[in-house]
This record gives sequence, C-alpha cells and structure tokens, in this order.
Amino acid sequence: MALRKDVRVDAAPAVAFRHATLADREDLLGRIMLTPALVYVIVLVGLPFALAILLSFSAASAGSLALSWVGVENFATIIRDSQFQRAVLNTVFFTVTSQILVTVMAVAAANVLDAAFAGKRAMRFLILLPWAAPVSLASMAWTWIFDSTFSVINWTLKVFGLLEGWLYWFGDPALAMIAIISVHVWRTFPFATVIVLAGMAAIPQDINEAALIDGASFWRKLFQVNLPLLLPIVTVSVLFGVVFTSTDLSIVWLLTRGGPYNSTHVLSSLAFQRGIMGADLGQGAAIALFLLPVLVIVATVMLRMARRAEVGV
Amino acid sequence: MGYVETRNLHKHFGEVEAVNGVNLSVEEGELVVLLGPSGCGKTTLMRMIAGLEKPTSGEIYIAGERVDEDVPPRARGVAMVFQSYALYPHKMAGDNIAFPLEAVGMARLAIREAVARAAGMFGITHLLRRFPLQLSGGERQRVALARAVVRSPKVFLFDEPLSNLDAKLRATARFELKQFQREIGTTTIYVTHDQVEAMGLGDRIAVMNKGQVHQIGTPQDVYDDPADTFVATFIGSPPMNLIEHDAGTLVGFRPENFLPRQIFGAQDDVVTYRFRVRRVEYLGSDRFLYGVLEERQRSDQTVIADLPVTITTPIAEGEAYEFAVPCRAQRQFDARTGKTGKRKTDGAA
Ligand SMILES: Nc1ncnc2c1ncn2[C@@H]1O[C@H](COP(=O)(O)OP(=O)(O)OP(=O)(O)O)[C@@H](O)[C@H]1O
Ligand SMILES: [Mg+2]
Repeated sequence: MALRKDVRVDAAPAVAFRHATLADREDLLGRIMLTPALVYVIVLVGLPFALAILLSFSAASAGSLALSWVGVENFATIIRDSQFQRAVLNTVFFTVTSQILVTVMAVAAANVLDAAFAGKRAMRFLILLPWAAPVSLASMAWTWIFDSTFSVINWTLKVFGLLEGWLYWFGDPALAMIAIISVHVWRTFPFATVIVLAGMAAIPQDINEAALIDGASFWRKLFQVNLPLLLPIVTVSVLFGVVFTSTDLSIVWLLTRGGPYNSTHVLSSLAFQRGIMGADLGQGAAIALFLLPVLVIVATVMLRMARRAEVGV
Repeated sequence: MGYVETRNLHKHFGEVEAVNGVNLSVEEGELVVLLGPSGCGKTTLMRMIAGLEKPTSGEIYIAGERVDEDVPPRARGVAMVFQSYALYPHKMAGDNIAFPLEAVGMARLAIREAVARAAGMFGITHLLRRFPLQLSGGERQRVALARAVVRSPKVFLFDEPLSNLDAKLRATARFELKQFQREIGTTTIYVTHDQVEAMGLGDRIAVMNKGQVHQIGTPQDVYDDPADTFVATFIGSPPMNLIEHDAGTLVGFRPENFLPRQIFGAQDDVVTYRFRVRRVEYLGSDRFLYGVLEERQRSDQTVIADLPVTITTPIAEGEAYEFAVPCRAQRQFDARTGKTGKRKTDGAA
C-alpha cells in the first residue's frame, strides 16, 4: 500500500510537467522577449555609436568613407575653432537655463494640476499638448510668432506700449537664444510635469494631511515636505532633460539654423552642419562626441544623488 | 456645551452615508473613544473634526468656536496621530517633532527645549537623530505622539495609533497613553475597533455603527446597560446572549452571568433555564459552553456560558443542566427596534 502511494505522489509532478507550455518556460521566454530590444540597441544605437567614435578619429568625408586614421587631429582642430567654442557655451547655457525653467514650471504646474478644481482633466490635456505636437509643425508656428515682420509678441507689446522700436528675434543673437530657449521649454515642460505629477501621486496622502494639521502653510508644505520627497524623481527628470536638451538638434535647426552668423549653434546643430551639410564626417563626429564624457559624469553624479535622497526616505 | 461638539453631523460620499447624524459632546479633559466595526465612519468623523474633510451638513464646535465652515485644520488647535503615523520620511525624528513648532514660527532655542521635553516624556531622546525608516513600529508611534503633544494642542485626535503594534507592546502602550493623557489632561478623541482598548482607555465610549452613534457612556455603562442589541452584541467577547422571550421582547444576558444553578443560593433572585450543552471549550482561565436552551420556541439558537476556572462543576457535552441568570443581570430589548426596555428585575422568567 505504502509503495503505491509513493508512486502516485511521484506521478503528480510528471503530469504537471507535461502541461507546461511555452508560457512556463521562463528561460526561453525571457530570451525571446529580449531579442527585439537587443537587436534594436545593437543595430541602431551601438553600431552608430561605435562608428561615430571611429569617424571622429578619421578624415572621413561624405565623399570618401575611407577611414584614414588621423588620431586626435579632429578634436585639436575643433577646440581651436571659435564657432565650436561658442557652440559649447551655447549648449551649456541652453541646457542649464532651459532645465531650470522647465523644473520650476513643471513643479508649479504639477501642484496646480494636483489640486481639485473644475476642468482639471481638460487642463491636463492642454498642458500635455505641446509634448504631443510634432516639433516641425510647432516650430513653424513659433517661426511665425517670432517673425521679423509679423511677430505677435512685438505687436502685443506695442499695443500695451511696452515696446519702442522693434525686436528682430532671429536677427539678434541674444533674442534668438531667448526664442530658442522659450520654444524648447514650451516643448519639454509637459513631460517633466507628468513625471513630477507621478512623483506627487507617490507621496502618501496622510503625510500631506499631517503637514496641514501640523500647521504648515502652503509654502512650508511645498518646500519642507513635498519638494524633498520629490527630489529623487525630479533629479531623474532633470537628468532626462539635460541629456535630451544637450543633444537636441531640432529646435535650433528648425528655428535659426544656428544663425544669425552662426551665433546660436549648439554642439549637435554644429555637428550636423559640419558633418552632414559640410560633408566633413570626421569633424562632425568629433563635435558630436565632445560632450559625451561630460554627460556621463553628469548622469553618474545625478543618479547617485537620486539614490542618496531615496535612502533617506 | 462640550469642549468638542458635533451637531447632527453628516458626511456622504455619493451614495455612501459614512457619517449619518452624529451628535457627540466631549467634555474638557475627557478621553472619549469612538468604537465600532470597520467602515462605520469613525475615521470620517475624526477627519471632519480635524478639518481634513468637509461635512455634508451639521456643525462642529471646538472650545466654543464653530469651526466647520471656514476654519482650516491648522487654526483648529488639533493634533492628530494617524494610523500610519505619517511621519515625514526625509526628516529625522527630532525634526519631525520640531515641525509643528517651526510652522508657528517659534524661536529655535525654544523649539530645541520643547522637542527635548517631548522626547523625554516618551523616552525617545536617544532616537532623535534617526530617520523614521530606522525606527521600529513602537518607536515611530512614540515619535508621532511626541510630534502631536509638542505644541500643546486643544484636542488630540488618535486614529488607531496602536493597531500597528504587536499585542504585548499594545498593552504597555495603552497603559502609557492613558497615564500620559491623565497627566496633561488634554481633551482626546480616540478611534479604535478594538473593544479591549476602548474599555481600557476611555473615560467614555461612543459606540458607532453605520455612521451613527448608538450609545455614549462609561465603559461600565455600555457593557452593563447596552442601549440596544447592536451595542449588546458588539461589546463583550463572547457577546451577550439574546434570546426571544415573549412576543416582541428579547432577553439579553452576558455569558459570564449564565452559570450552573447550584452556584447561586436558593434564596437568590435568579431566572433558571434548562441548558443543553453541545460543545465545551477549555481556554485556560475560562470554560466556554456552547449549547441551546430547552423549552424555547427557537431552540436552535446558540447560547454561550462563560465559566471561570473557579467553578469546577463537571459538564459533559450532550447533557442538559439547570443554569441560571441573576435577575439584575438580565436586560430586555424590543425585538423590532432593538432598543432597550426597562431592566428586568421582577424575577419572573
Ligand atoms: N473618500 C471616500 N470616498 C468614498 N467613500 C468613503 C471615503 N472615505 C470613506 N468612505 C466610506 O465611508 C465609510 C466609513 O469609512 P471610515 O473610513 O470612516 O470607516 P472607519 O470606521 O474608520 O473604518 P476602519 O475601522 O476600517 O478604519 C466606509 O464605507 C468607506 O468606504
Ligand atoms: Mg478608520
């Protein structure tokens, strides 16, 4: 009797095993599902990246892809180039300024959107709209807004008597940079807002209520309770923003093409101009890669900060 | 007028009537426990008093001042300890306790003194430089209490502050809490669904069900003289036995008053029942007997007797015995409304 019982106990797992389908084969399934991502990363990110590094050490041009090794010559040339120096400064200024503006606006918008009021859903939709709008389309609208003859900003300022003379937005380097930053902020702050909103949703309701009962005013609650708790996620959002902004080409290219007199170039627009339009692939690659080490350091530091802030929680 | 008073207070969440006409009056310095089953509206009632929830209708007064219309939480002078403690996770224990004082703009030196005093009161002085995550449940609870007392509020609101502690710690914490509340004499409203906690802590207990207060009274009142069948069966473990008497009346008696007839003297004023025991449970200090009353219309209704170990009468499962209840321990309820009638003292069964 006992023996037969043993046999039946043993049989049970065997039966279960026969019914195991693909869905239960975690090892196999994992590999299958990872494959597309892996292919994507290797073919569309890894290879171009390796190629860019290779190109930056060569004298390749669009005409001849012969990878004649020239060492660091490309880097040496661009570092002495005043346009390049300007582009580095522009990139840093563009990135830092727009990220400060985006972060402040995103935190403010998230706080507004978190409050209960009529039309909240519509408001959320409207705030998200710039993010969803195609950048080329949006740039066309903005080109008109900043147009040298038809600028609505100028007209409005005039009507209210705040402007004497006329602002040539894309004719003046400082105004052009202001325009570029405005459009970029307009375009990227919705996403930052969404991230901050998600972070706020993760703060327990009773912590906010405790702060209310403890007598904290709106600002004290914001600066002493909510912002510190948001810090990890805001750091991540800023990190995204920094990487995205410092490598972004579209806004500058669509609005000013680096003008006037190549004064508003950022590194990626300059790399595009030199490498693709100017056909000097080697130099273009060197310019594009110039910020990489900086970005790696910035990313590492910020991720560390985010982790440290989280440990405190 | 009570120090904290609600008048005909209602709170409806859509269809749900979370609080449904509560009149509560808490005297100054008193500790009133809100006791009721889960979902009966205790937290909602407390949140309305704190100002975190706006009443659908009704009035709330704190220290004679009407607060329900436009007095924000911070101006009500209430301190609340949340069930989750709601400590600020990014602040050290000391900064958590200091927070309410910083909010009223107290000078830094005075804050440090006040924090030290509050921490000393709860024996957490050595924990002030730790983050909440680095504290045990009991320690967090103390920090939360210290944060609540530090600015001397008019009213304490406690929402099940002990429910996250293990049973042993809970008993000690309950004792300390009571001690502490007696000492500083701050008016306190304490929410719990644990009746042992309620009986042990409350000067008075407000028994709630389905958004309404069924009875307010001292622990002894609600235990000995429940206002209706809900209170009778909710308070006490095992609950009061309710048996159908004549038409329209329910008779109630507590299991510990339902004892073998021979325990009582021959001249004692008792009501006797024939009790058929179906099951016996030994619980160390007590014996629980489950059975039915014979000669009753609804004889399948389970009746419980709770015999202390001092009563050694042998009881066998399946046998019937003469049991009795002292007349003064019997209560009568209207079968239809559940409300209590006059005490049954006439001695007739
Ligand atoms: N914000 C809300 N929206 C809708 N319904 C709610 C809300 N808050 C509470 N309720 C409902 O109101 C009723 C009372 O809830 P409440 O939290 O006051 O109960 P409670 O007595 O504190 O229960 P517990 O002992 O489980 O904490 C419940 O039925 C609950 O589902
Ligand atoms: Mg509750």
